[in-house]
This record gives sequence, structure tokens and C-alpha cells, in this order.
Amino acid sequence: MGRSVAIVGTGQTVHRSRRDDVSMMELVREAATSALADAEMRASDIDAVILANMELFEGRALPEMWCAMGAGALYKHTLKIATGGTSGTSGAIAGFHHVASGLFDTAMVIGFEKQSDGQTTAGMALTDPMWDRHVASAAIGNFAVSISQYLAARDVDERHSAMVAVKARRNACNNPCAHLQMPDLTVEDVLASPYLAYPIHRLEMCPTTDGACAVIFACEGKAEKLCSRPAWVRAAVTRHDLPYLGDLKDRLLTMRTLRDAARKAYEIVGIREPIKELDVAEIYEPVTYAELAWYECLGFCKEGDAWRLIEDGLTQMDGVLPVNPSGGVLSTNPIGASGTIRTAEAALQIHGKGGRRQVPDVNLALVTGYGVYSWSDVMILSSSKG
Amino acid sequence: METKVAVIGVGQTAYSIQDSLHSANEMVLDAVEFALADASMELGDIDAAVTSCIDLWDGRTASNFYLTEVVGSVMKPETRVAGDGSLAVFHGALSLLSGSYRSVLVVSSCRGSEGDHEAISNWVFDPIYQQPLGLDYLSAAALQADYYMNQFGISPSALAHVVAKNRENGARNPRAMLRTPVSLDEIERSEVRSYPLRAMDVAPVGDGACALVMAREEVIDKRTHRPIWIHGMASALGSHYLGDRVLSEDVALRIAAAKSYEMAGVKDPTEEIDLVELSEHYSYQELMWMESLGLCPAGKGADLLLSGATRIQGKIPVNPSGGLLSGCPYVVAGMARVAECVLQLRGEAGGSQVRYVSRALAHGTWGPCGQAHCVIVLGAHR
Repeated sequence: MGRSVAIVGTGQTVHRSRRDDVSMMELVREAATSALADAEMRASDIDAVILANMELFEGRALPEMWCAMGAGALYKHTLKIATGGTSGTSGAIAGFHHVASGLFDTAMVIGFEKQSDGQTTAGMALTDPMWDRHVASAAIGNFAVSISQYLAARDVDERHSAMVAVKARRNACNNPCAHLQMPDLTVEDVLASPYLAYPIHRLEMCPTTDGACAVIFACEGKAEKLCSRPAWVRAAVTRHDLPYLGDLKDRLLTMRTLRDAARKAYEIVGIREPIKELDVAEIYEPVTYAELAWYECLGFCKEGDAWRLIEDGLTQMDGVLPVNPSGGVLSTNPIGASGTIRTAEAALQIHGKGGRRQVPDVNLALVTGYGVYSWSDVMILSSSKG
Repeated sequence: METKVAVIGVGQTAYSIQDSLHSANEMVLDAVEFALADASMELGDIDAAVTSCIDLWDGRTASNFYLTEVVGSVMKPETRVAGDGSLAVFHGALSLLSGSYRSVLVVSSCRGSEGDHEAISNWVFDPIYQQPLGLDYLSAAALQADYYMNQFGISPSALAHVVAKNRENGARNPRAMLRTPVSLDEIERSEVRSYPLRAMDVAPVGDGACALVMAREEVIDKRTHRPIWIHGMASALGSHYLGDRVLSEDVALRIAAAKSYEMAGVKDPTEEIDLVELSEHYSYQELMWMESLGLCPAGKGADLLLSGATRIQGKIPVNPSGGLLSGCPYVVAGMARVAECVLQLRGEAGGSQVRYVSRALAHGTWGPCGQAHCVIVLGAHR
């Protein structure tokens, strides 16, 4: 097997709906500089740079050619991962592979998206011109259909969904980088917000964000020197699935990619009761209902019991398993970076650098990524090398 | 590298300027089926897929999405490198080395016919200083060609000789888009696309797909597989701004080559590399890349070419497949270079076969004026 690999530094930009003060490259630079400062490293200490971005959303081609300069990538091995919403987590998994391979001792992964430079929904809707484009393509249409199916099958009502939105935007208030910080948000406010497409209210959906996030991976031997509490990558699992809406029955409800990736990751680490054994989870919830659906897929509760977790507060900051102390994707969504942010936030919790969003004594953290209707990534980070 | 990884299956479609007979998925399916049959494997034997395709060139968002079934990544790991196919080979190899997978299917595809290559390539340039100038790959390449030719006193006729050699080679390659040899006169009289580059100096973009099966040594079966081993691989990114570079030099390629040679234990490429498949998106680049790969001193690429050493029968054949000038799709180009090296190392290159090949070099490049490069050294012996 390859070498053990840990995350030794993380850095994020300030995430906002428009970052007119910086170019895309400067956005990358802001995250890279912050991660290097966090790990007390210099750009020359980084052996490889992996970028994660969905270039169609900004109307740029090979943006890494330009933006990688902001990450100090000159003359280094550089590649870009682009897998829709999972770009950020698949980029992180690529960073892990780079270092585990033995070819690179360190690697920096930077997810970035400057959505204000483009039109993301238009970009997302460039799906299959024959079968998909006029049906329910892009994020909102897809979720409107999937959530309707979900609601028909589960005892969840819209108040549970709104509770997820409130949790996310209130947690975000403890995260100085977060985009939507709404300390006074109530369930009633969420349900009073206009429909984007039934049954999704505006405040139940993730925002569009400009932002970037960098994560530094290092090999065993170096990681311990660079970081007093390295976040070791114990499992990194990817599952992709069939593309078309009609291919999968009840896509959101079953999400077999996430179920199988989580099962495999738990098996690798030896986790039997995730809600008890995990200390924190940073999951990719593009819409409130997805968080509820993922609770079941991730084995946090029995099938059909997701609403109990949110109603009983078990996934709140003071609950048995805090989910998304950062505020999650519902609060901050620079797409290519959204998965990298999950990875960084989970590592941050292990590093003990969470500030006001720190969960006490984090040893085991779960990361998920979601993209392109039905793709999933799962990573498990740990304070112990295993 | 303590653990060794090898290419054990190769599949390529016939490349075409416009493939109206196949959808993108069907095109990729062909390449994948060829590669799997070549490796005597089935999709179920493969642990993970690495795809390489770029949304803007495919006109789709997350364009690998529609390849999920044909690359066998239903409920399996897949990642997409949105860049040249050589990088996907690199990433496939290192994900094997990481111990995460034992076998990977690496696939590259492009539907260049469906977009406007030059218009899209304008969007590669930074939007503040360079994009508004109207630079695209072709006009930037013309600047580089002009600078290089002036710097070293290279004549347009040397460029024509690159085209003539590669088109002659391409005529023997059943996968090439352009399978007719052309005379020096025809080349030098073809229309000027962007001075000093003429139509035949410019590689067509086109449609096609390439697939490789790669594996760790423990899954390689000596009875059924003919493994071609990866001896060295490295990539490097150069400066983005054309004004920050000396356009006649290629620092990034020199760095990538040096690292790859070091990993492969190659001290003198002129003696230890038997064959080179490089990515010349424009004719002059073959000369420049040969120099940066250390096959000859700076400025002497034309002399090496005109000596005949880079012909199929020469001492160091370059692009016996016909290269990109004979037509290999954008994005696929770098992976197809690896595929062609594998065929040569196995002695299966048909009419393009070079005698005595035990080590070959595959090269991919992307970005304006060869901003980034990947160099992969392959060998028949472990």
C-alpha cells in the first residue's frame, strides 16, 4: 500500500456572492496564501498543485493555466479535476493519491469558483441535448423532482427542512469565512421565502458564491513535523452512477453511491455506529432535503428517521454528532471549492483550529461530496494514523 | 518507483475531422472495448476510471457525465482530469502507485468538431490582459513561431519538412485523420492561417477517443498481457503570460523532461530513447520540443530534422504515427502519444513500425504556446 497521508494546513477566502475586489487568480492566491500561513510553509515547499473548478460556470477554458500562478504552481506538476459538485472532494482525493503514490511529498489542492463571473444555472443546463436538456436538468429542476419523490416516501414535513436551513445559517455565524450568516433566521422565515420550484423555497437552497479553499497534504514523516495534530486520511472513496433521471428510481431517497461509499469507508476505518463514533461531519448538502436524505444514507439513523435527528437537535453544535459546524454548502457554495471546504473544515476540527465553530475533542471526522445528480465522495479523517 | 505500473491494453478509435456516425458515448465505447479486449479484461476487472475531456470542447457541462456507463464507473470510482490525456495517464499511474487501485481504465475523448477551437482557446487567456487582445491558440502560436524562427534563423521550409515527414508517416497510420502525403510545394503554398503559420502547419482538432488499461505489476499476467512499463513521468506548468516567457525557450518542458529522465534513469536521451511521440499542435513545435527534450541543442531542431534522423528509418524517429499534424483530436493527443508508443514497443505499429525499440517517450502539451507539458518514458522491459 501507499504511504500514510495527512492534511497539515487549510486556508479559505472570505466567501461572498460577489468578490469584485479580486480576480479569479487572486481568489486562488488568497486561499493558497492562507493555507501556507496556516501550515507555516512556503510556496516552494509544495511539490504539486491540484485545482478543482467547473470552468463552464465562469465561461473560462483551462482556467488553471492562469489561476495556478496564484498558487505558486510555476514549473510544478499541476492538474485540474472537474467532476461537477464533487470537484472539490475529488480534487482532495487526487491530492491524497499524489502524496500516497510516493511521487510527491506534499501537494496543495485548491478548489475555486467565481460564480459571479458567469451564469452557473445556464452552464449547468448544458446537459444532454436530446434526453436531458428540456427535462429537469441543472440543480433546481433536478431537486424539485427528487424532493417531491422524497416527500412522498418519508414522514418529513417542510418544517424539518426549514430546521436544516436555520441550523446551517446559524452555524455559519461562527465561521468568519461563511457567505450566508443569518443569526436571526427562523423556520417561519425559511418557509415564507419564495419558491424557486415547488417544493424548494429559496432559503432551502444553497447560494451562489465566489470563493476558494486550499488544503495541504503531506506524507508521513513530514506531516508530523509540519503539524502538531495532522488530520490523517483514513479512507477516500468515490462512486459514480448512471446519468439520466429515469435511470435511477427515487434518486435522492436511495442515493446508492453515497450509501456504498460510506459503507466502504466505514469498513476501511472499522466504524460500526457512525453517529456515536464520528465526532463531526462536514457533508455536502446543496439543499436542505439532501441533508435529511444523507442522514439515512450515511447510517446516522434508521431509514425514515432523519426528521428525528434534526427535531431532537442531535446534529446541532451541541448534539451527539454536529453536522456542518461551518454552515455547510447551504451557507457557502463556490461549487469547485464546496467539497474542498468540507475537507478543510473537517481537517480544521481535527487540528483544533475551529475557533467559535470548534467541536470539542475531534478525533474522527467525516467528509462527503455530492455532484452531477448522483455522484458521491466520502473521506474519513482521523487524528490517528491508524 | 519501487512498485511498477504498466499499460496492458490500448484502444483507439479512427480519428476524424468530424465523426457524424457516432455520439460521444459510442466513440468512447469503441475505444474502451478495444482496450479491454487488448488486455483480455472486462469492465468488471477494472477498479477505477480516470477520464480526460474538457466541457468547453465537448459543449456539455461535466462532459464525462455521459461516459459513466461506457467507462464502467457505475458504482465505481472515477475521476476526471479536465486537461490533456497525458495528464490522465499520469494520474492513472499515480493512483495505482498510491495503492488505492490495482487496475485503472484511462480514457480521453474530444468532440472538437462541435465547437470553435480558436474561439474557445481565446477563453484560455487571462481575461484582464490577454483575452481582450483577441489572442487564441493559433495567433499565440504564430507569435511563438515567428520569435523562434527569428531567434535561430529557421526557414519556413524547415517547417514544411516537419509537415511533409509527419504527413508521410500519417499515411501509413490507419487511425490518422489525414492519410495523404503532401509535397513541400503544397505545404508552402497552403493558405496562411496566421503568419508565419500556413494551413498545413496547423494540426486539425477533430473527434475521437483513446483508452488505456493500466495496472500494478501484481495483477499482470505474463501469459496474457504484454505489459509496457512506465519508467518515468513528470509534468510542469510554465508561466501563463506570454510576455513573461522567452517564447523560443521552453523551461517547463526542460524541467518535465529532466524529471522524467531522472525517474527513468535516462542520462542521455539521444542514446537511450529509441523513439519519440510528441504533441506538435503546430509544425514549428516539433522542432522546439525536440530541443527541449534534449534530443539536440537549442536552435538545432531543424538540423536534426533535415539530417533525416527523425524519420521512421532514422536514429531517433519522431512521430512515426504521423503525430498531430496528421490528425489526432485535441485533448486526446497526449494519451494517443502514449498509445502509439505502446504499440511501437510491442512491435504492433504496422506500417509505422520502427526497428529496435526498447524505450520510447510520449509527450503531451496544453495551454497557449506549450505552457504546460507532460513527459512519459515507457519501456518494454520492467
